[in-house]
Amino acid sequence: MKLHIKGARVIDPSQGLDQVTDVWVAGGRIAAIGHTDKPFEAERIVEAKGLVVMPGLVDLAARLREPGFEHRATLESEMRAALAGGVTSLVLPPDTDPVLDEPGLVEMLKHRARQLNQVNLYPLGAMTVGLKGATLTEMAELTEAGCVGFAQADHPVTDTNVLLRAMQYARSFGYTLWLRAQDAWLAKNGVAASGAYASRLGLSGVPVQAETIALQTLFELQRSVGVSLHICRISSAAGVNLVRQAKLEGLQVTCDVSMNNVHLTDVDIGFYDSNYRLDPPLRGQRDRDAIRAGLLDGTIDAICSDHSPVDDDGKQVPFAEAEVGATGLELLLSLTLKWAEQERVPLVDALARVTDGPANVLTHSMSAIPPCGRLVVGAPADLCLVNIDHYWLVDQHTLLSQSQHTPFIGTELPGRVCMTIVRGRIAWEQGL
Amino acid sequence: MTSKQPSDRPKLPTGEQLYETLRAGVKALIAPLEHETVHLVGIHSGGAWLAQRLHEDLGLMGSCGLLDISLYRDDFDRIGLHTQVMPTQIDFPVAGQHLIVVDDVLYTGRTIRAAMNELFDHGRPASIKLVVLIDRGGRQLPIDADFAALKIDLTRQDNLVLQKTDAGAFTLRLENGDA
Amino acid sequence: MLNPQLNRHGELTHLITTEGLSRKILTHILDTANTFVPLAERDVKKVPLLRGKSVFNLFFENSTRTRTTFEIAATRLSADVFNLNINASSASKGETLLDTIANLAAMQADIFVVRHEASGAPFLIARHVAPHIHVVNAGDGRHAHPTQALLDMYTIRHFKKDFTNLRVAVVGDILHSRVARSNIHALTTLGVPEVRAIAPLTLLPSGLEQMGVRVFTDMREGLKDVDVIIMLRLQNERMRGALLPSAHEYFKHYGLTQEKLALAKPDVIVMHPGPMNRGVEIDSAVADGPHAVILDQVNFGIAVRMAVMTIVAGASA
Repeated sequence: MKLHIKGARVIDPSQGLDQVTDVWVAGGRIAAIGHTDKPFEAERIVEAKGLVVMPGLVDLAARLREPGFEHRATLESEMRAALAGGVTSLVLPPDTDPVLDEPGLVEMLKHRARQLNQVNLYPLGAMTVGLKGATLTEMAELTEAGCVGFAQADHPVTDTNVLLRAMQYARSFGYTLWLRAQDAWLAKNGVAASGAYASRLGLSGVPVQAETIALQTLFELQRSVGVSLHICRISSAAGVNLVRQAKLEGLQVTCDVSMNNVHLTDVDIGFYDSNYRLDPPLRGQRDRDAIRAGLLDGTIDAICSDHSPVDDDGKQVPFAEAEVGATGLELLLSLTLKWAEQERVPLVDALARVTDGPANVLTHSMSAIPPCGRLVVGAPADLCLVNIDHYWLVDQHTLLSQSQHTPFIGTELPGRVCMTIVRGRIAWEQGL
Repeated sequence: MTSKQPSDRPKLPTGEQLYETLRAGVKALIAPLEHETVHLVGIHSGGAWLAQRLHEDLGLMGSCGLLDISLYRDDFDRIGLHTQVMPTQIDFPVAGQHLIVVDDVLYTGRTIRAAMNELFDHGRPASIKLVVLIDRGGRQLPIDADFAALKIDLTRQDNLVLQKTDAGAFTLRLENGDA
Repeated sequence: MLNPQLNRHGELTHLITTEGLSRKILTHILDTANTFVPLAERDVKKVPLLRGKSVFNLFFENSTRTRTTFEIAATRLSADVFNLNINASSASKGETLLDTIANLAAMQADIFVVRHEASGAPFLIARHVAPHIHVVNAGDGRHAHPTQALLDMYTIRHFKKDFTNLRVAVVGDILHSRVARSNIHALTTLGVPEVRAIAPLTLLPSGLEQMGVRVFTDMREGLKDVDVIIMLRLQNERMRGALLPSAHEYFKHYGLTQEKLALAKPDVIVMHPGPMNRGVEIDSAVADGPHAVILDQVNFGIAVRMAVMTIVAGASA
């Protein structure tokens, strides 16, 4: 469709662009920004005065629960949720059921996603068979089937020898490993961050050393091998520091953080609210501050939603027995805007963490994918229109995800998406 | 401001005057039992004061017990447990004994009902008599005093307050709910 | 955040933890318990306060002693008591906690006395029951055991009268102890100026100082001039869990012997929630000696539980 979006505030962090101007879309691509050379007959004109036009969000971690966990969510419901949140590209962790360790499964998933023709789906392949941390998967086959990198989701490899071999193998092909920094032994049975609050609540704690020891192991192995690493869901101040030092040293490392850790701390668990049962656990005030500082200085490349829908049965149980996870695709943009508002971060810098930043991580991991997260002429037209001044209440009526379980339920957040365009097609639209 | 003129309100004898009447009445009441042991049981807090003084003045052989009926009231579901519960002190065995229950005001009769239930949980008495300073009518249960120093009809808004001075003298005050 | 233990009138409607309860409420419970203590001496030990009310003992974790004291307490209040040993029933068949509660509530329950291995379970239950149903926590995971703490406070008040000039030491496996946590909150709220925790580092939770506690790993240092010693039970599993090497070594350095007891004040009282591991955390001579008030704790426990059930049942719906 030939689209002319008029008079919006166009923000593209990849170019440092933030100005009121027009955007033209044709043939699934960005045809022009600012002015057109040739006359343009738009099939639809969108009057976008007062709205922000930005690249569609790139979410580096969203579980859509297919295959295997359809009682919690389905591709249809969750992709709709993604569009409502302005997300046009998302990365899937491999912990589906069955695990994404076979090319056939990946192909089926990609096929299904193409049929739905909603957002761009980028699956991560399992680094080891069944995520069991023993045998390597056929990484080349999986890449051919469409995987953009290799991961262990929340199942850290305890055998350091296997970890070393996986790094060496991935390095041979130039693949990136997307890994959580979590020491399995220290984190065992922990359901909340170690500290005064977990002690008060009588909950088993995950000490911060579970993250720092794992990071140091990963970096030390990486030094000898030279593989590319993406650290998933950093959670502590000490962890952010280690990543900062690694980058300064010149190691090929990128890093993301869950939007939940950007906003919440352990005391927010309150009286055992299982909506706050998350992995990594929410840490303290100082950790949250360090995460925010890390986002500003680029130590942390991206904020992701860590979208993990859980149904009522999974949450209406005592805290320690609850399933980890929270719904989040629809909240990623709003929470990024809220952070920007609280810390007075210029929009173009804040939005970089959900567009340009994650896009760079993604294309570094898999150069063959089409460019995303930027509004450059010629790039695929993945973008969204947002009313950043509109506050909305997060509740059962506004959430589209099949899961209503999020720590932010009942809160008012800024920023409502009016339109989401994927590959030049209007995939989502709502009046405000 | 009272809604009635002072002259319309019933004129009460003083606390001390009523106590003298009570003492004489109790003495007469227990005369037939002079060879038996008689125990006094005063209901917190007004009845307890009266019982203690009666016990001294009459020189009774039996003991003086103190009863707090909070645990036996019939309105727990409505108002819960009163915050200030004084412990009941019955230091003598109740079974087979003659008791005189003492209270300051007899009104609906529910307090006495509770007091009797509580006493029976201590044992089966030989007899229970009831003496009160004032019987103000308004009974909701079939209960009556064996002796009342004063009988008077009062309205629902009226409230009788018995107090004891530091010297041990009794004072009586009639308050009106409208005031 | 609104305290879920209080109703909108500020009355105690559930007792789940001593944490967050005001001194006024804690003292009210102790004062009410006072009125129930003399009942034990009477022939008829019952009062009719909870007549017609149903108390359901839901013990997801086994405990004969605690369950029995709750049963006695409820019976003395003239309530109808129903004991449910959940291990043997539906929960093991996969019924969720909330489903179990919903079924029981439909049977006209007024009070649920709950013991569960998961910290926070009573809060979950309290959130899901109708307003006229009250939850009393008989111990949840490592989090809280409020009635034990209250009877411990009653015991301390009985022997020491004034909380505000005491040194109290809690000794043992604080890390895993719900009794320790509940005691610490109650002691600090009631104004005890110095609360001490004595244990090896492996048995101390992080952030204890933030709860107002002075930490000691040397028991001799920790017991100096102490007025009250609360000993905690050491469970056998701790030896297997790489937390301690042996009961023998534990007893040598952290067991309460007469020799160590002598370091405390001459009129020190020794408490223990029970059951005791003689020769592991406490010497028999001390447990049976003149400073131990362990049997008094048991007696007071019934009165305190009667007080708790009376107070929550009396809260307006």
